[in-house]
Amino acid sequence: MTQLASYLLIAALLFSIGLAGALTRRNAILVLIGIELMLNAANLNLIAFWRYGPHPELLTGMMFAIFSIAVAAAEAAVGLGLAIQIHRHAKTTDLDAMNRMKG
Amino acid sequence: MSFVFYILAALTVAGGLAAMLLKNTVHCALALTVAFAGLALLFLNLDAQFAGFAQILVYIGAVAILVVFAILLTRGSETPRDGVFSRTWLVGLVIAAGVFAVLGWAVIGSVRVLPHETAVPTVTVLQIGNALVSRYVLPLEIVAVLLTAAMIGAVIVAMHEKEGQK
Repeated sequence: MTQLASYLLIAALLFSIGLAGALTRRNAILVLIGIELMLNAANLNLIAFWRYGPHPELLTGMMFAIFSIAVAAAEAAVGLGLAIQIHRHAKTTDLDAMNRMKG
Repeated sequence: MSFVFYILAALTVAGGLAAMLLKNTVHCALALTVAFAGLALLFLNLDAQFAGFAQILVYIGAVAILVVFAILLTRGSETPRDGVFSRTWLVGLVIAAGVFAVLGWAVIGSVRVLPHETAVPTVTVLQIGNALVSRYVLPLEIVAVLLTAAMIGAVIVAMHEKEGQK
């Protein structure tokens, strides 16, 4: 097993853990945490491919990961703001209790 | 395969598992921080110093704090009476296991064609900066606009509306 394959397997495991959490947790914030884990697993893939790819000096995967980190930060800010607003409106962050889109 | 990799991988996976399995939401946020730290160390282990330190600054420094704030503001630390997992947890678990099986099968199946150990790339922060303002200047500008828009949007969404002022 090459080093790259081990990194890819770890990233796949982390992605699946995040996906399982995002699909099974009730709390909206925990679902966001699961999505963050999935984004991070994708970043690990990008960095691993950059490191073991043919042209690391072109910085392609590294740049992709850096921009992905920035977009994930923006996503986290908006998502947590939405979670706070939903809690203020519906007095709960339980996703099973949120079954209507009407305000 | 180095010993360091196994320690870091175990730390990261344990942090991720704890973040998704623990009952108390604040403990989940702390476990998430451990997972982020493990990922940052994995980045450093991959000779991506800049990405590793950016990960520490952005995720451990900002996102984890934001998550803790959101948990405390929504009183999410109280464990709900009817369990922390949704009614359809089995479906979610099966889907996640299926995704992992497919990804793992793809990785194992392509081990032969994956590139082997290469020379350590020497990338300085100067090179990254030069690339950011030359070849990648358009994405950089777009990300700057996106971050500004997201910041304003998050503030507006979370802003408290006064009574009768819609």
